[in-house]
Amino acid sequence: MNQPETLFDKLWATHEIARREDGDALLWVDRHYVHEGSFHAFSRLKERGVPVAEPGLTFGVADHYVPTRGPRRAIANPEIARMVRQVEENTAAHNVTLFGLDDPRQGIVHVVGPEQGLTLPGLLIVCGDSHTSTHGALGAYAFGIGASEVAHVLMTQTIWQKKPKRMRVTVDGKVAPVITAKDIVLAIIAHIGADGATGCAIEFTGSAIRDLSMDGRLTLCNMSIEAGARCGMVAPDATTFDYLRGRPYAPKGADFDRAVEVWSKLTTDDGVPFDKEATLDAGAIAPTVTWGTSPEDALPIDAHVPDPAREPDEDRARYLRGALEYMGIAPGQKLTDVAVDRVFIGSCTNSRIEDLRAAAAVLAGRTSKVPGLVSAGSSLIKQQAEQEGLDRIFRDAGLEWGESGCSMCVGINGDLVASGERCASTTNRNFRGRQGPGARTHLMSPAMVAAAAVTGRLADVRPLMAGRKV
Amino acid sequence: MEKFTRLTATACPINAANLNTDQILPARYLKWPRSAGIGKVLFQDLRFDGEGREQPDFPLNRPAWRDARIVVGGRNFGCGSSREAAVYALYDYGIRCVIAPSYGDIFSGNAIQNGLLTAMVSDEDDAALMAALEAVPDQPVTVDLEQQIILCGNKIYPFTIDPVRRMRLLNGWDDIALTESYRDQILAFKSADRARRPWAVPSTSAT
Repeated sequence: MNQPETLFDKLWATHEIARREDGDALLWVDRHYVHEGSFHAFSRLKERGVPVAEPGLTFGVADHYVPTRGPRRAIANPEIARMVRQVEENTAAHNVTLFGLDDPRQGIVHVVGPEQGLTLPGLLIVCGDSHTSTHGALGAYAFGIGASEVAHVLMTQTIWQKKPKRMRVTVDGKVAPVITAKDIVLAIIAHIGADGATGCAIEFTGSAIRDLSMDGRLTLCNMSIEAGARCGMVAPDATTFDYLRGRPYAPKGADFDRAVEVWSKLTTDDGVPFDKEATLDAGAIAPTVTWGTSPEDALPIDAHVPDPAREPDEDRARYLRGALEYMGIAPGQKLTDVAVDRVFIGSCTNSRIEDLRAAAAVLAGRTSKVPGLVSAGSSLIKQQAEQEGLDRIFRDAGLEWGESGCSMCVGINGDLVASGERCASTTNRNFRGRQGPGARTHLMSPAMVAAAAVTGRLADVRPLMAGRKV
Repeated sequence: MEKFTRLTATACPINAANLNTDQILPARYLKWPRSAGIGKVLFQDLRFDGEGREQPDFPLNRPAWRDARIVVGGRNFGCGSSREAAVYALYDYGIRCVIAPSYGDIFSGNAIQNGLLTAMVSDEDDAALMAALEAVPDQPVTVDLEQQIILCGNKIYPFTIDPVRRMRLLNGWDDIALTESYRDQILAFKSADRARRPWAVPSTSAT
């Protein structure tokens, strides 16, 4: 009998082309996603005068710089317009399929890949974006890379990697109603820290993870990087296969059934030790929000923010003072006393149809006290939401119904949170200035953002959902 | 890529954990080509206020550390976004070495691709280096990659770095040239893999 292996070991072994004496391995890349930011890498191909090695395994999207409010082609800022044009030109020059601005399948790369069935269990997937960890939700080995590595993959369809340590995060039990994958992952990051999984490949397991839908698993794995992980993954199961059946680029008919046979074996064998373990009780997870400037600064909504005066560690106290000052929150303040100026629902973390439904369930028949933007993760999701009438709910509540793209998560398309403004956001990073210079970001689930919208402050969504269908 | 063997320079302590790449290089500069002078906007929103005035408290603005070529940072330095331009900004400003207890994985990978050394020290040594630099800001610090040691004052601090990355920095090796020597193995892998995992290729009936 073979040595028992983890899911990650199996994925690694399938992709190993060669291993050097020093331990680094050359791995085969099954899918490479590129976007506007990949221009540095395409420039290097040009300098060397070489083509893309595997254009059929390379897919482009326009997401980071595309307008998400107003007309899509009329980009006023010439530098932003150039970014969108460049990805069109670079993919066309190398015969790479692009889900561009005019394509009905356009959307955020980490939404489009799974939605199109390009992301499959057992694949090795890279992209020049740290949230590539998202694709691990389907049982893929997926990680973000830098521009030099993007160039290397474009030229060779391979990548050098050192094998990460293996970490298991187990969440057992049943979450309370209204608790989502976002609350789970924020609780995990608060528990293990923003560097709790550095150098590790995380496998998420446990009954609460199994119970998550594919949209929920995508949210969970998306934020693995916010705990420092190289990648995060969930073993594929019936939820995964049901999600993939019939997707455009997924195998079809008998090929699909044969693939499912292989994918079903992509699980961790019994009794394999992991290098690192963390365990959470799903039943104890409350609606969770961040208060500071790192995703690890997450607390249950009924908590008070920390008081630096009570912090014995001097470095930690200094951090707390700086973070609270930046966020404009008093030491020890109750989270539900914090008023917000704006809301944002979108990003590769929380912009899928279930996210929009969850926010709409709170907003239906209510009015937002603050302005806000809703940006679906893909143009197809936008269309589906409109067919379900969700856009009406958002508009009737007073929120803007935008187009699909990275939008206000990173603000490089021009959709910024103003300096000093406080935004309740479904995104992934509450870093200083992330949504714009001086912007203050609180991360939370779509339902919690909706609760912040209708109350005008950070709020517990649970009473607002009383008598409503979750 | 430039080799790194030994460097003696002033070192600027930036005492912050989780200093992410959004702080190193704000996203609005990501559309700049490197030739636009990306080093000028290193730590832009920490070095300057909204009106472009220097923040005198930010360490890199202090006279002794303005020309530093070494940064001493806190744990999880360079976490967050994969933007390699964060490394370009450090390098083009003149920084050749970062010293910290831990790094964001993608950041340290990007650093090595560009000749920037990421030296790992213990939490205690990191704190000791910061304290020594606060006490005598302009003292030169030597980073020796051959011996994997940092010299500051009369103290020696050992550091760790992945041995593969160390060799690459010492020799200034480029990944692509190395991978080209594996061309036959890559082709052999590809054809065997197509037979073994036919489902791994995107279904063409989509297009």
